[in-house]
Amino acid sequence: MKERIRNSLNDKNSLFSKIVSTTPAFPYMAWAIVFIAVPLGLIVYFALTDTAGNFTIANIAAAGEHMSVLFRSIKLAAIATVLCVLIAYPMAYIISRKKGVTGSTLLMLCMLPMWMNFLLRTYAWMTILENNGLINRLIMLLGFEPIRMINTQGAVILGMVYNYLPFMILPLYTTMSKIGNDVIEAAQDLGANSIKVITKVVLPLSLPGVSSGVTMVFVPAVSTFIISKMLGGGTNQLIGDIIDLQFLGNTYNPNLGSAISLVLMVIVLLCMSIVGDTEDETMGGRIK
Amino acid sequence: MKENILISLKNVIVEFEDGHRVLKGIDLDIHDEEFVTFLGPSGCGKTTTLRIIGGFAEPTEGDIFFDGVKINGVPPYKRNINTVFQRYALFPHLNVFDNVAFGLNVKKMDKKIIARKVKEMLALVNLSGFENRNINQLSGGQQQRVAIARALINEPKVLLLDEPLGALDLKLRKDMQTELMRIQKSLKITFIYVTHDQEEALTMSDRVVVMRDGQILQIGTPQDIYNEPVNAFVADFIGESNIIDGVMYEDYEVEFAGQAFKCVDKGFALNERVDVVIRPEDIIVGDYETSPISGVVESVVFKGVHYEITVDAHGYKWLIHSTQSQEVGALIGMNVKPSDIHIMKKMEVR
Ligand SMILES: Nc1ncnc2c1ncn2[C@@H]1O[C@H](COP(=O)(O)OP(=O)(O)OP(=O)(O)O)[C@@H](O)[C@H]1O
Ligand SMILES: [Mg+2]
Repeated sequence: MKERIRNSLNDKNSLFSKIVSTTPAFPYMAWAIVFIAVPLGLIVYFALTDTAGNFTIANIAAAGEHMSVLFRSIKLAAIATVLCVLIAYPMAYIISRKKGVTGSTLLMLCMLPMWMNFLLRTYAWMTILENNGLINRLIMLLGFEPIRMINTQGAVILGMVYNYLPFMILPLYTTMSKIGNDVIEAAQDLGANSIKVITKVVLPLSLPGVSSGVTMVFVPAVSTFIISKMLGGGTNQLIGDIIDLQFLGNTYNPNLGSAISLVLMVIVLLCMSIVGDTEDETMGGRIK
Repeated sequence: MKENILISLKNVIVEFEDGHRVLKGIDLDIHDEEFVTFLGPSGCGKTTTLRIIGGFAEPTEGDIFFDGVKINGVPPYKRNINTVFQRYALFPHLNVFDNVAFGLNVKKMDKKIIARKVKEMLALVNLSGFENRNINQLSGGQQQRVAIARALINEPKVLLLDEPLGALDLKLRKDMQTELMRIQKSLKITFIYVTHDQEEALTMSDRVVVMRDGQILQIGTPQDIYNEPVNAFVADFIGESNIIDGVMYEDYEVEFAGQAFKCVDKGFALNERVDVVIRPEDIIVGDYETSPISGVVESVVFKGVHYEITVDAHGYKWLIHSTQSQEVGALIGMNVKPSDIHIMKKMEVR
């Protein structure tokens, strides 16, 4: 009897505490429903219906026809992401070791391009890379043959790296600045030279930053359409361009557009879960 | 402690970018297998001196020698010196075993030997069985012992310890003090120890270096420092003291608190103004009519072994440690033996 009463009390407590703990979150719940759940539901709905609103999987099947474009998108985004890691990592490390004003100034300089309009930045690269653009004119001035740079995959990757680099630097900088100088000095004290300090201390401690940076660069890069449109020409279409066409182009077909988006989302989620797993193994593995 | 000098600082000056001179010419010889303690108030440059020896900071001027070889500019990882940092600085991503094994892993030592050494080392610091614990699952005292084990496993010639017991409670601190002294004697390693706790310094060290404002005021055995402090600052820092203005009449005679006293000091100028230092336990309480100094008891605090009595006399608050309690408000007399009166030159005001 006593047991029962205590149990029911406990139940009440837990229910009560649940209500209390969720109440402050209510505005965010509402926000999440209106801006995340509903649009997602709509995409799923469109993807699985035809123009008349009947259920069909034809759209998903049709999305399969764009597999080669999808793979190209993943390939280019992956290359751009790797390049971003390689460029941003040493940069973030150096900035994070600078004290006070110098560090924050350097960080701001890295972030500065982000304050310029995205389209403008990409246009700027167009004029630089064009066949008679800045670089080629310089090359011709020196008496060499011009190089075709615009409308290549390289140009697209360049655009991705340039535009998304800050998204890699920021999370890396954040995790790295949390690594205390004393820990690094302790490693040196115990016989680690600069390289060993990086591999044995800085790298393992900064992996969470790497994984969030990878997410923040890879996801927008894989679904971009502006960069490929402006720097890749017609020949290097990405999956984002295909989706764009379904909504704004002459092949107006929101159902197919939604289906491709859905497929893209699933694949991105798969990619990210792989990244997340490796992070768990290296970081969280010991905490259990 | 051996005769040969292991570490030697020659006129070491450290100036930071802001032009602030943190060390103003440190000269110091440290012997092999010696236990040396840097003692001084916060900000006096103890950590900076340690960082110079460890290689984490470079002297602006002056030289540092290790075993007779100049080591200015030699990076920390090439110095046969290990450090227990002021805030431990354990590696958060490694467990206890890997933290302790870090130095040996860096040296690519055989895994089996590493495992054996880590086991021995953890036993030495009483942490056997903690191998797989995460760092954040340890108490402050346990983390501290991991930090010591992690440094000692590399068998350094010198161990630098920067206030390693600062975060521990009194009981644990006493235990660890004994433990560290035992380790130092058994492994025959030179310990350079930093603290601002004078009792800790006096208990543990072969020699104490009293610092203030980037300068060394006195170097000596704990007995020297306690019994023969060079000035009133050292005297006050090394133990509670009464510091009274006095005038040296002539050799062996000093005037303070309106009275002339016999003393054992000489060599001062005629009528030189001096600091008279008297330990609280050296004041003899007596009848106010027959004692040279008399005053009113202001407060009495029981401290366990003794009563701490404050007496107002001749414009000073006199501190007395006595096994006998007194009435607050009572008029009492005070006397001092000549040998307990320490005369010191006035400190130059800086
Ligand atoms: N990187 C630095 N730049 C400028 N000034 C510094 C720097 N590091 C230390 N100082 C200054 O040098 C002085 C001595 O510092 P230090 O850390 O050696 O003191 P400490 O004796 O170890 O003090 P504590 O007992 O508080 O640890 C302080 O005044 C401090 O402000
Ligand atoms: Mg310090």
